[in-house]
Amino acid sequence: MNKLERDERLIRLALLAVSFSAVSVLAVVTVFIFSEGVPIIFKYGFRSFLAGMNWYPSEKSFGLLPMIAGSLMVTLGALIIGVPFGLSCAVFLTEFSSKRLRRTIKPAIELLAGIPSVVYGFMGVVLLVPFIRRTFGGPGFSVLAASIILGIMILPTIISITIDSLLAVPPAYREGSIALGATRWQTTKMVLFPAARSGIVASIILGMGRAIGETMAVIMVAGNAVAVPGSLISPVRTLTSNIALEMGYASGEHRQALFATGVILFVIIMVLNTIANLTSSRKKV
Amino acid sequence: MRLDPKVEQGLVKAALQVMTAVTVFVLIFIIVFILRKGISVLDFSFLTRNPVDMGRGGGIFSTIVGTLVLTLVAVLIAAPLGVGTAIFLTEYTWENRITRIIRFGADCLAGIPSIIFGLFGFILFVTKLGFGWSVLSGGLTLAFMILPTIIRTSEEAIKSVPATYRQVSFSLGSTRWQMVTRVVLPAALPGIVTGIILSIGRSIGETAAVIFTAGSALHLPTSIFSSSRTMAVHFYILAREGISMSNAYGTAAILVISVLIINLLTYYLMEKFIRKYS
Amino acid sequence: MTIAIRVKGFSHFFGSLQTLKTIDLDILKNEILGVIGPAGSGKSTFLGALNRMNDLIRKSRTEGTIEIEGKNIYDPDVNVAELRRRLGMVFATPVPLPRSIFENVVFGTRLSGPRHRARLAEIVEDCLKRTSLWEEVKDRLDTSALRLSGGQQQRLCIARILALRPDFILLDEPCSGLDPISTAKIEDSLRLLKRDYTIILVTNNTKQAARVADQTAFFLSGELIEVGPTDKIFTAPDDQRTDDYLRGRFG
Repeated sequence: MNKLERDERLIRLALLAVSFSAVSVLAVVTVFIFSEGVPIIFKYGFRSFLAGMNWYPSEKSFGLLPMIAGSLMVTLGALIIGVPFGLSCAVFLTEFSSKRLRRTIKPAIELLAGIPSVVYGFMGVVLLVPFIRRTFGGPGFSVLAASIILGIMILPTIISITIDSLLAVPPAYREGSIALGATRWQTTKMVLFPAARSGIVASIILGMGRAIGETMAVIMVAGNAVAVPGSLISPVRTLTSNIALEMGYASGEHRQALFATGVILFVIIMVLNTIANLTSSRKKV
Repeated sequence: MRLDPKVEQGLVKAALQVMTAVTVFVLIFIIVFILRKGISVLDFSFLTRNPVDMGRGGGIFSTIVGTLVLTLVAVLIAAPLGVGTAIFLTEYTWENRITRIIRFGADCLAGIPSIIFGLFGFILFVTKLGFGWSVLSGGLTLAFMILPTIIRTSEEAIKSVPATYRQVSFSLGSTRWQMVTRVVLPAALPGIVTGIILSIGRSIGETAAVIFTAGSALHLPTSIFSSSRTMAVHFYILAREGISMSNAYGTAAILVISVLIINLLTYYLMEKFIRKYS
Repeated sequence: MTIAIRVKGFSHFFGSLQTLKTIDLDILKNEILGVIGPAGSGKSTFLGALNRMNDLIRKSRTEGTIEIEGKNIYDPDVNVAELRRRLGMVFATPVPLPRSIFENVVFGTRLSGPRHRARLAEIVEDCLKRTSLWEEVKDRLDTSALRLSGGQQQRLCIARILALRPDFILLDEPCSGLDPISTAKIEDSLRLLKRDYTIILVTNNTKQAARVADQTAFFLSGELIEVGPTDKIFTAPDDQRTDDYLRGRFG
């Protein structure tokens, strides 16, 4: 091996080391979160954490069920709002609007994605919460408020990925269908949706991941009461809010319990992301 | 009842238009609302004075500095790592198990919610490594949050440089590294910079990860070990503690304006990049 | 008549696919060697073997030797980057880099040679004159090379490798896609250049080889069928296959 080849190999090695930064950070994050959170799960037992109804850290009672229920309800609500609007927008922009319209509106939607979550939360507090209180009763800080805000926040994710999936369908599919006399909508319904299905599903799952992981906006509008919500207008606390609200003053086992919450959250999101990656990579038609 | 296809399409199209209009309306409403209420608060003194009385009075100067410094640290760490990774994946290796592992790592990292990063940053940087609540802890945490984005956008930018440029460079006797630095990177620069700007936008709005790592001290940061408050954190505290609604609106306005500027900049750069290669 | 390149028993493989089969060929100094043959005959692979550009392709493998001045270029201690500067290559589609004309010409020089601006300017003028491009672009050296016509771009590519003071010029179908006038200009440049360089010209256009080459080599399916003085190859080839190809019975 001569000097040229040696130098090249050195550079390659250096870049390889740099590349592992992303992987090693992931490994380090996982290790630290788990090492802080897992021991206490084993100490009190899985069941008491996942199914316990009472979260009283000062009395060593660490039941996360209300928060798990809270996260699930709020996420479901977000999907109920975000998916119909998101898919409609995406379909409209790709199949039923001019290219120029799409080129103006798509960046606008990407703008939505850039707005900080605290601003969304703030809008929720200032406008949505009083509105819910006046119209539907209850404190206003509720599952409904959180679902609406989260639904809006996941729109850009669902819209972008769905648009990309629809655009990736070979033009031949569209042309073939229209040549057989189908209308645009029939083509969309019967040809494009099935073809783009894996991408659309991936977008929804990713949206779900974002909703479950969202913290700041939810804290501001959800009420944060530790109780399984009885209705849409009841206040709710999610797993993320639980961590953020109490981390500032927690210590000892309380802090470890919050890390345990983080562990559970982490696992849920990793599972969701893996499913999303698998569904979208099976896209080879 | 079976609808005539043309009628069905007409109805569907109308429904879709309504849904899209509502979505766009919501976006415009949020921006207009914040700007209308917040712009009146923005004046020279608001932007150049430090917060007084926990934020009830004064301005937001120290938070602006905090945001800038934190973002700078994050970009200085993440950009070389991210672009280096992208270069490795595109120029120095073929698709194999190593590249799959690296991509898996980056993709997973991209999906981790900010609160988990906050926990991680707190336990590692603030506590175990002893940096305390500081610009350093916050910057490191933010750096790892934006790393996946920079890797992804840089990779795409590098991949779109024509293969013939690489061939020519080699045939003129360049080493691979010379080819990367003199041909590929200059050509991919707009795309790479776009990714970095997008990441800056994300850092500016980030709250959950920052509040647990950089803290919320109101004074100007004097070193990377100082604690510092960013605009987003300041806004959150003002709003949640009900300290000052008008200052909250003002801070929100700045945040929204920053996002607008960043998105416009990104869009402009992308157009320039696309035009160069079409 | 000295031998510039000696190819001995040279074979090339992409994985298990053999693309060049035991080539034996001598290339003489300061001559133009024309390489002809149908598509897929290994002409471009042969060229890529001379300056080891084939090495960049995955699973590329060779057997045999190629000697330049007695040294096998496939020896492990050979500096490949230097080799490629000695054998400049011009591709079928002109590829100007997205830079000014001036920067294009000096790109290779900047990598390994003089960097002084005045010296570079001399090199630019000299190389552009040798490719008959100087008069056409001397007033706009700082404008983008992408604005030149196809023929001008190709001459720019030739000038670009001349700036490295190579010993050999390798051309891979350089005039495909160019109009007859540009083609003629390039062929004229080659005739002038052969005084100072050894030139290997791969071409799909047998008539171009007839016009320009001193020796012509005929490749078919990775084998060197026949090589000899151009006149002889075109009027009285030894191998029937050469005759068939030149008369258009296949190809």
